[in-house]
Amino acid sequence: MDMIKADRLAFEYIRRDEEGNVEGITRAVDGVDLDIAKGEFIAILGHNGSGKSTLAKHMNAILYPTEGTVYVDGKNTAEEQYLWEIRQNAGMVFQNPDNQIIGQIVEEDVGFGPENMGIPTKEIWERVEESLKAVGMYEYRKSSPNKLSGGQKQRVSIAGVIAMHPQCIILDEPTAMLDPSGRKEVLRAVRALNDVEKITVILITHYMEEVIHADRVIVMDKGRIEMQGTPREIFSEVERLKELRLDVPQVTMLAYELQKKGLPLPNGILTIEELVEGITELYNKSRGQDCTVT
Amino acid sequence: MIREITLGQYYQADSVIHRMDPRTKIVGTIAFIVSLFLVKNIAGYAMAAVFLASVILISKVPFRFMVKGMKAVVFLLLITVVFNMFLTPGEVLVSFWKFKITKEGLRQAVFMALRLSFLIIGSSLMTLTTTPNNLTDGLEKLLKPLKVLRVPVHEIAMIMSIALRFIPILLDETDKIMKAQLARGADFESGNLIKKAKNMVPILVPLFISAFRRANDLAMAMEARCYRGGEHRTKMKPLQYRRRDFAAYMTLAAFVAAVVLTRKIILPF
Repeated sequence: MDMIKADRLAFEYIRRDEEGNVEGITRAVDGVDLDIAKGEFIAILGHNGSGKSTLAKHMNAILYPTEGTVYVDGKNTAEEQYLWEIRQNAGMVFQNPDNQIIGQIVEEDVGFGPENMGIPTKEIWERVEESLKAVGMYEYRKSSPNKLSGGQKQRVSIAGVIAMHPQCIILDEPTAMLDPSGRKEVLRAVRALNDVEKITVILITHYMEEVIHADRVIVMDKGRIEMQGTPREIFSEVERLKELRLDVPQVTMLAYELQKKGLPLPNGILTIEELVEGITELYNKSRGQDCTVT
Repeated sequence: MIREITLGQYYQADSVIHRMDPRTKIVGTIAFIVSLFLVKNIAGYAMAAVFLASVILISKVPFRFMVKGMKAVVFLLLITVVFNMFLTPGEVLVSFWKFKITKEGLRQAVFMALRLSFLIIGSSLMTLTTTPNNLTDGLEKLLKPLKVLRVPVHEIAMIMSIALRFIPILLDETDKIMKAQLARGADFESGNLIKKAKNMVPILVPLFISAFRRANDLAMAMEARCYRGGEHRTKMKPLQYRRRDFAAYMTLAAFVAAVVLTRKIILPF
């Protein structure tokens, strides 16, 4: 069964003036079809206002579709009886770490979700311990969240979600407010969750470097899915990405420019190592040709 | 750094008083304050002083921290003393110009000063030995019976603990906004009180907007983590009475009884 399935999903924000009259309607998500299998690592890319956050909020039943349906683990999010089950099953991490930490001590915050679910005290402690260990924050369990760095706070938020034992975790631009080292920390934790715990990950971001490890990349623009495929497939279409106002990773850009200048490099290079390998191969080949000529 | 401030005024130490259930400490403080108002003569105050001193000793909190709490109310204390001293009618001891100090007035003033300082030291002893978090937990549990009267006890406790969590964050933000406005030439120093208050507007407006945005985000994050009020909720750190709490309650009962007994003693002053 699919972990998450969206069927012709559409969502409209209605703007109202002070008297409550409708001023305008913004279609934030417009006819999205989506199938996410269990255990997948999905990255959703998009420019500001592309509807990616709105889409994410449907997967946790925070927003309900205006049209179409969303199923989480086969359950329709619009049906109220499934609400808590869905929220437990599809955990959500938000952008600002300060605004989603409730506890005054790290371990208390991680325990918040299980407390709400009515888990017995002894099991809460077990879950808190294992979740904090999974994100590498166990030694900070007695600290105040205010004293942690941004990356550490975001890892605590992730621990708070996995303590609820979700099958799927949705991260809505979790690194947007972090410095580069904090971003790396958080991404490492997220990838470990996917690799080790086999949790389905949906990572929403506008940093292109963060999506190269995903199984599948979905590019959104103006509420629609514009591109879909493996990171390599997506990044080989540099022109198209530029059209959608997305930045391509520097290495990919360099490879692309070299290609344009006539160097026969392979398409969709994602890492520095790949580029080095490609260039070395070309160099060796050209030397070999030289040898045969002379 | 603003971030470093400690809220409430918790003093970290390892003592029986610190480990006690917050409910015991809250009830104890209330009982102590009530008994202070039952005291009629110096024997009662002596009793209270001995009790307070021994609790302070057991708590391992240095005495200067209690005095800190006193500083805030020193003015109030002085006013009470002065008013009681000069305005109580009775047998005149000293008199100059229009003022008379009476024997009763002097007695009243001393007693009032003692009562107020004991009251403040007693209650700051509670906040010094209990974390704000524990305090909220204790209050929630103690006020639970009020639920019958439809008082939203859990919600009040939740609001208190969220407020405690966000105070340092908002202080930090105030600091940032203030610096940003200063950098653009805002002036928070000059002018009279009204002008100063008016100058605070460019700080308060962005602060309020950001506080609302944070509240909105937090509410969403809480809902995403299955928060649905106090129903069906379990506790990660449930409060539990232990033997030391029963011992504390017994001591407390003995103290209150002793104070009531001192009312019967007739002393010359």
